[in-house]
Amino acid sequence: MIVKDKKENQSVYGDGPGDRDIQRHTLSVLVDNEPGVLARVIGLFSGRGYNIESLTVAEVSKKLNQSRMTIVAIGTPSVIQQIKHQLERLVPVHKVNDLTEEGPHVERELALVKVVGTGEKRVEAIRSADIFRARVIDSTTSSFIFEVTGSTQKVDAFIELMVPLGMVNISRTGAAAISRGSDKI
Amino acid sequence: MIKTVKAKTKKIKSPLGKKLNKNHNQTMSGAEMVIEALVEQGVDTIFGYPGGAVLPIYDAIFQQDKIKHVLCRHEQGAAHAAEGYARSTGKIGVILVTSGPGATNVVTGLTDALLDSIPLVCITGQVPTFLIGNDAFQEADTTGITRPCTKHNYLVKDVNTLANVLHEAFHVSGSGRPGPVVIDLPKDVQFAEGKYISKAKAKTHMYNPKTTPDMAAIKKAVALISKAKKPIFYTGGGVINAGPKASKDLTAFVKKTGFPITSTLMGLGAFPAHEKQWMGMLGMHGTYEANMAMHGCDVMICIGARFDDRVTGDITRFSPNSKKIHIDIDASSINKIIHVDLPIIGDAGEAIAAMYKEWNAQKYKADEAALKKWWKQIKDWRGVNCLAYEKDDKIIKPQYALERLNHFLQKDAKKNKRDSFITTEVGQHQMWAAQFLPFNKPNRWMTSGGLGTMGYGLPAAIGTQMGNPDGLVIDVAGEASILMNIQEMSTAIQYNLPVKIFILNNQWMGMVRQWQELLHGERYSSSYTESLPDFVKLAEAYGGIGLRADTPDELDDVIEQMLETDKVTIVDVRVAQNENCFPMIPSGKAHNEMILAADAEQFDKKLV
Ligand SMILES: Cc1ncc(C[n+]2csc(CCOP(=O)(O)OP(=O)(O)O)c2C)c(N)n1
Ligand SMILES: [Mg+2]
Repeated sequence: MIVKDKKENQSVYGDGPGDRDIQRHTLSVLVDNEPGVLARVIGLFSGRGYNIESLTVAEVSKKLNQSRMTIVAIGTPSVIQQIKHQLERLVPVHKVNDLTEEGPHVERELALVKVVGTGEKRVEAIRSADIFRARVIDSTTSSFIFEVTGSTQKVDAFIELMVPLGMVNISRTGAAAISRGSDKI
Repeated sequence: MIKTVKAKTKKIKSPLGKKLNKNHNQTMSGAEMVIEALVEQGVDTIFGYPGGAVLPIYDAIFQQDKIKHVLCRHEQGAAHAAEGYARSTGKIGVILVTSGPGATNVVTGLTDALLDSIPLVCITGQVPTFLIGNDAFQEADTTGITRPCTKHNYLVKDVNTLANVLHEAFHVSGSGRPGPVVIDLPKDVQFAEGKYISKAKAKTHMYNPKTTPDMAAIKKAVALISKAKKPIFYTGGGVINAGPKASKDLTAFVKKTGFPITSTLMGLGAFPAHEKQWMGMLGMHGTYEANMAMHGCDVMICIGARFDDRVTGDITRFSPNSKKIHIDIDASSINKIIHVDLPIIGDAGEAIAAMYKEWNAQKYKADEAALKKWWKQIKDWRGVNCLAYEKDDKIIKPQYALERLNHFLQKDAKKNKRDSFITTEVGQHQMWAAQFLPFNKPNRWMTSGGLGTMGYGLPAAIGTQMGNPDGLVIDVAGEASILMNIQEMSTAIQYNLPVKIFILNNQWMGMVRQWQELLHGERYSSSYTESLPDFVKLAEAYGGIGLRADTPDELDDVIEQMLETDKVTIVDVRVAQNENCFPMIPSGKAHNEMILAADAEQFDKKLV
């Protein structure tokens, strides 16, 4: 084995900016509903090394042919700022709002959670679901599918509770978000 | 001697020729729409290469005479030619290539244009819509491949949307921060008949980037500038892209303030190099005075430049004590790398004009006493004479070759009343050209800055010569780079383009060799170019002229001969093999840690 002294091993570029002050921001992005727009946004995140926690997208105006994406992104404040500007640069992007930055907003996520089991565990699952206001949308003698909506943290908590009770599968939508009050965004 | 036989290509007078520009709202084929829209957009020259998936468009080109098609010898060549054309004329460059390999070959050129913000519209053929996704012959996912290397791209599946897309593509490419746009056009759409929409009636999207700067910010900036004690202007390609007036206004404003000015590789020519305030280029191979002044300034006025890592060096130690003003048309360039104190989003030209107006309106005066001290300091830095090199009377030094070239260019400009245009390849020769050739006007210097693409210079020279038939166009080349697109010699011959290729032939990939010498323990891994061709014979084989200079006393003659030729000419200048390009800021070092030629020997290679 070749042992190099530390100096020699060091990159000339140093350590880079590091992971200071990481924040989680929810961005609301109004885009033209055209082929490739999702690929453009995703390509931007992968190409520039930005971190995405969740992304949801669906058409919001048939007439204007527009969709809204809700992106939960993670990074330092300057990276979040960059993400916003980079999104604004894309031709089919009309408007980008950093909901976390711009004031109070509400955020909801939906999850479908499949729990398999019988006896005491099954009873406990139903009881916990009730506390979380999760609805049963399918059941067999040995399984339930729960539908739960709420903040991402609430969905996380529900899932954590269901794991020991026989959870076998989950499907989550990622967050959808909108500003509070009478603003249009 | 081989007689060249001119192929008989009789121009057929066609209905299309008559249709053009008369009634814009009529039906025509997709291929005809392409021609119609190009004409309406003011295009007269396009660069391309045919193939199965674009034959309908080539057919339409054959039957008209408004647009000249330049047949390049490789799609990458066509792309760089379009870039050279765009950069030297200020117009949008247009490329036409076939599907599959045509499209993939053009990718380097598109990426080059994206990084240097050059406006291009590239039309790629595509397999018919009903075959897309079937791995059809010469199918490639062109929009997928080019998405990250274009400003925007389109796949047109309905001929009735084609005209609008064509007009929108020109709008997107040329407005805001310019860039390349791809239109992928399936063959069946080229054949299909549809309604043409004129430029005037086209809806060019909601794409309307902000170009007018915020006046409050301009006022603040000018007030800050007026109080500066150690100011510097740092300008970039954005000023060139903003058009010749921006350069004129910049020159007037900078002269009025009396401040020093430096620029990036991309910005050379915006401020005349013959002016006393010009400090030379900054950055990795910039001048000592420019880098030291950037490091020591108290107010930095950055216009249309983007704090690239080749400019800043170590960002944590970049110009530590200055207030920074940053003007850029692209909001995402601001605070991306360097935190600035006063961001201004807008067109460089509009911002310069507004600042100049404000300076005059407020009757600002620079702090003369402070400025005098600053210039004295700069004079000391200039005294280091950082571009000095050891002369030799037996071996041609590359710097000397460029000094002689410059000498004869100045003479030529007076004698023949023509402008010279310089393109380059990538490597040491490129940096020496930036250091030793003075640029006094914008749009005269075409080099691959952001991507650093070897093989750029010859096709770019061809595009430049197409756009400036009376200009003197010279590609300052390296012997390794020139081989990357040497096939374009044939294009130059076909279109009678007398471009000059001035090879600083050191037989090495000099820039690679330099890094290996200084930073990799002198282990010269694969950087020596074995089996080089005889460039004189090569030129002759293509039907051009080949010249060679082996010693300093042959050089002047050869340059003078080169300037007189009326055909593409390769000059093989055999230069010193081991010359290094200084000053140099090694990667990861700060502006005040430059290596100068004089201390290169003492430079501790293990420290890097
Ligand atoms: C397409 C491409 N491949 C590789 C490189 C890396 N590279 C940068 S400079 C250089 C050597 C260029 O040699 P030459 O053209 O002879 O120029 P010189 O440095 O000797 O003046 C290489 C290989 C590049 N810039 N572009
Ligand atoms: Mg070389």
